[in-house]
Amino acid sequence: MNFTIEVNNQKIEAVKGETLLDTLTANGIKVPTLCHMKGMIPTGACRICVVEQKLTGKLITACSYPVEEGMQILTNSPKVTESRKTIVELLLSNHPDDCLYCSRNKNCELQDLAETYHVRERRIRGKKNTHHLDLSSASIVRDPAKCILCARCVRVCDEIMNVNAIDILYRGSKSEIGTTFNKGLNTSSCVNCGQCIMVCPTGALTEKDHFPEILEALAHTNKTVVVQYAPSITVSIAEELGLKAGEDLNGIMNAALRKIGFDYVFDTSFTADLTIMEESAELIHRIVNGGTLPMITSCCPGWVKYAEEFAPEFIPNLSSCKSPQQMMGALVKSHFAEISNLKPEDIYSVSIMPCTAKKFEGQRKEMTQKGISDIDAVLTTREFVKLIQLFGIDMNNIEPQLADSPLGIRSSAGKLFANSGGVMEAAIRTAYFKLNGKEMVNFKIPPLRGTKGCKTAKIQITEKLEIGVAVVSGLSNAEELLKEIKNGRKDIHFIEVMACPGGCISGGGQPINSNEEALKERIKSIYKIDEKEPIKVSHKNPEIIDIYKDFLGEPLSHKSHDLLHTSYAKRDDVIL
Amino acid sequence: MQIEEILIAHKDSEKDSLIPILQEIQESEGFLSKEAVIRVGKHLDIPTSRIFGVATFYNQFRFEPTGKYHIQICRGTACHVLGSSTVLDVIEKQLKIKAGKTTRDGLFSIEVVACIGACGLAPVICINGEFHAKVTPEKIKQIVETLKNQNS
Ligand code: SF4
Ligand code: SF4
Ligand code: FES
Ligand code: FES
Repeated sequence: MNFTIEVNNQKIEAVKGETLLDTLTANGIKVPTLCHMKGMIPTGACRICVVEQKLTGKLITACSYPVEEGMQILTNSPKVTESRKTIVELLLSNHPDDCLYCSRNKNCELQDLAETYHVRERRIRGKKNTHHLDLSSASIVRDPAKCILCARCVRVCDEIMNVNAIDILYRGSKSEIGTTFNKGLNTSSCVNCGQCIMVCPTGALTEKDHFPEILEALAHTNKTVVVQYAPSITVSIAEELGLKAGEDLNGIMNAALRKIGFDYVFDTSFTADLTIMEESAELIHRIVNGGTLPMITSCCPGWVKYAEEFAPEFIPNLSSCKSPQQMMGALVKSHFAEISNLKPEDIYSVSIMPCTAKKFEGQRKEMTQKGISDIDAVLTTREFVKLIQLFGIDMNNIEPQLADSPLGIRSSAGKLFANSGGVMEAAIRTAYFKLNGKEMVNFKIPPLRGTKGCKTAKIQITEKLEIGVAVVSGLSNAEELLKEIKNGRKDIHFIEVMACPGGCISGGGQPINSNEEALKERIKSIYKIDEKEPIKVSHKNPEIIDIYKDFLGEPLSHKSHDLLHTSYAKRDDVIL
Repeated sequence: MQIEEILIAHKDSEKDSLIPILQEIQESEGFLSKEAVIRVGKHLDIPTSRIFGVATFYNQFRFEPTGKYHIQICRGTACHVLGSSTVLDVIEKQLKIKAGKTTRDGLFSIEVVACIGACGLAPVICINGEFHAKVTPEKIKQIVETLKNQNS
């Protein structure tokens, strides 16, 4: 039902059942919010969204107030502005005020509000927060002193991720966000997904930065510094560099990485292709030999840790394949080292990932050879953009280049890993070919595309074999599906899980404050690459064919097992 | 009662029994151990972070065993008016621990409590059930010193 309400003395259209905030936003009237999260039940905790009821002069929170017929609202009255300003001043009263040194400088909602409400002096003086920095996690840095207690992180971690690593602890002025027993994040169930960073309005949550190490390695002349970049990176940096969101900058990026000083530039999409070769072989093997099904993908380290903590009964279902990052890491310090006459210890291996959990994965003890870590440092997309800026590279004025070979050519199937559903599509293409000796007629599987949290399809793999597949992103959605399977659901044989909603294109290492449009552009860009490129299947990637011929033998070979596969173990969700 | 027995008694309890269960455990163990928090979490299917969050919201829960001497400091209105915040301050400084904590040697623990019904004697502290009336910073220092000496 539609009706009208009056806002700032003008009539606007409202829909019954929506909140006042929804109505105002739909009509282009801006109201600031902090604790509000789109699509989640409002808590009304921060009160920055107050508006005034014209008749009574009462202030109400727009985010939680249901719109009512005939309402008369003022969104910018002196009373509203004054009270919003006071809220901002209160938030600032115990804030550390070290904006110049903060990673969120110029990209902070608190700064923006202070600017909008014209806070020009410190009227309210509180005791500065003295909470300690939590550096314990391999991926996430928490600085509770900068926290404004909006609880967005808590809600993402609970409602989207089902991890519940953090909550609001203590009470009143002593409140802070923390883990069980208020210990380091590394003792908690945190799966390092970084989604809390993505929603934090301030610098209270950031990635564990690997910037200094990398600068050091680049400056060090006696190490060979190699870099790999994940499939999603090439379509995720454009808007940060003032270009059109979603634009594929692959070639330009290759050139930029060389200018920055990386000795070799490899494409993680190549090892995504390799993952597909191994994983589809594993799937067929399980189906043919009555192995554990459904098989579940293991390329997302956030999901893997979640499974180890919360779903250990599904560990046998996890594919034993390492993730593309780790396959590349392992190959660089073995095969590549060998053919380039380099010692593994003289190689510094960097990866650029849309993901904070990759930092954790890179330092897992399983990911080493003879005590040498396969991956030495992981940069998020955000850190990568900073690197480009630091080195003063003008992305508008640079000739595209190819990645290095071998380990640099990919099919468009490998590129699909960026999107939720991409691993599944790529794997089906290769499994189909292996079982039928010919390619699928139509590669595209529409029900597996898009950002829905759970997508399923039936795939006729051979004349006699139909399999059910599911694609889930957002760990709450994974949890739901696992529950159904525990309760006897039998029609699913292969599951792709990505911890981040929508997959890597919205990973926890991606640019902050990207709007939905930008995300859509990234997804589109990936599918466009798949449409226009000639090699659409991993098994036709010439370098994949070569690496099996020259080095690995065949999928699931002894060498593959040594280098490209791993194992998992149950772990406690709280470490005492 | 052991934690297990308490949980058995709460076999069919829902999530809203969290606080009563925590109270019973604290009653029997004197504090909420980490193991207890984890056990209760499994029992009620509540994340441990939430349990810790809820438990730290209330002053009544402690997460360390009480000391040999458990000092309760009244922070009710009457005691407050007569300076209980200074009393708390002095004790915290002297023992180098905050309320809710226990000294490393396990000798002392501090707890802040609401009015203990002895307002006429304000400010009041209570050590192992024994009341000390109209305490002053000097008096407190003396009491604590005496206890320390008895144990050295
Ligand atoms: S990184 Fe993910 S799992 Fe860890 S606290 Fe943040 S949202 Fe929760
Ligand atoms: S850490 Fe960030 S997201 Fe979490 S409550 Fe604090 S300000 Fe909000
Ligand atoms: S945004 Fe409405 S109360 Fe926080
Ligand atoms: S206020 Fe302290 S005993 Fe009543």
